[in-house]
Amino acid sequence: MEWLRLEQWSPYIVGVGIGILSCLSFVLSDHPIGCSTAFVRSSGMIERLFRGTKAEERPYYRQFSPTITWEWMLVVGVIIGSFISAILSGRFGFNWIPAKWEATAGDAVYIRWFVALVGGILLGFGARFAGGCTSGHGISGMLQLAVSGWLAAMCFFIGGIATAMFIFRIVLV
Amino acid sequence: MLKAIHSKKGLQLCLGLLIGIVFGFLLQKGGATRYDVIIGQLLLQDFTVVKIMLSAVVTGMIGVHFLKSQKMARLHLKSGSFGQNVIGGLIFGVGFGLLGYCPGTVAGAAGEGSLDAIFGGIIGMLIGTGIFAILFPKLQKKILEIGYFGELSLPELLKINEWLVIMIVCAAIIVLLFTIEKAGL
Repeated sequence: MEWLRLEQWSPYIVGVGIGILSCLSFVLSDHPIGCSTAFVRSSGMIERLFRGTKAEERPYYRQFSPTITWEWMLVVGVIIGSFISAILSGRFGFNWIPAKWEATAGDAVYIRWFVALVGGILLGFGARFAGGCTSGHGISGMLQLAVSGWLAAMCFFIGGIATAMFIFRIVLV
Repeated sequence: MLKAIHSKKGLQLCLGLLIGIVFGFLLQKGGATRYDVIIGQLLLQDFTVVKIMLSAVVTGMIGVHFLKSQKMARLHLKSGSFGQNVIGGLIFGVGFGLLGYCPGTVAGAAGEGSLDAIFGGIIGMLIGTGIFAILFPKLQKKILEIGYFGELSLPELLKINEWLVIMIVCAAIIVLLFTIEKAGL
């Protein structure tokens, strides 16, 4: 079982694995893999803590009720699966600043935290705006040949490439 | 038999968790849970993320359409519109470039111990999706319905046979991946 301890697998093996996993997910759960609705359901659960059942009256939470669903469990599973993989290869470790960020932007934790927080807000907002994320539109939508998936995935990368280039080629030079 | 499995709620939650565990394991093994790898992709220096995504798309596309032809699976196309997918997609992209993770890989990065993914990414996403839920009624009328095309598929759009589209897409992806490998990216 040495292969389970390897630090990195070929991206093609990983990709084919995710493709097979998608097929299993369609057959066993009648559900495509996707991640972003789990976050909106969780934010609904948090709002419910403060505002009670009033929160559930929001039209969006009537569409995506703040409950634990298949996709919510999937995201919990992703955290666990990645943890297991990282532990097996000895890569698990608490880390505030990624190496590539530190090399260009320095080691100030609050700057990285602030940029990540703003990025997270836009990512969550944009994912629900677009109706899916890199998994739901990118992988599941594209493999089903959905026009929405292809269009959204292209825009994810156009926006992402432009932003990363702006930060690393202009702001942080 | 499959319908009986689909209708068992508790079993489905367990399956969701199990599929998630394998998904997270694969993402971590592929390096897609690391900021450096994702930003490397967006800076067009390291094509790991594109290699993973496109080989998943080729495998899943052939598999799911075959399973559909065997009546073992049905498609779940998301409806879309230009307002939704283009504007939302670009906002997502800006967040993607700033954070350096996407909604699935941010969960994987958290599992690996990346604190910027937990306190920046996940908390930010909870705030961002919450803001969207609040603004949804206004956005729906003004933006989300612009250029609505519904649950449209590429074969329907191009009016050509589904398997022909699959073959063309597979060929294009394989040529692209070969080119990336040849360029040493």
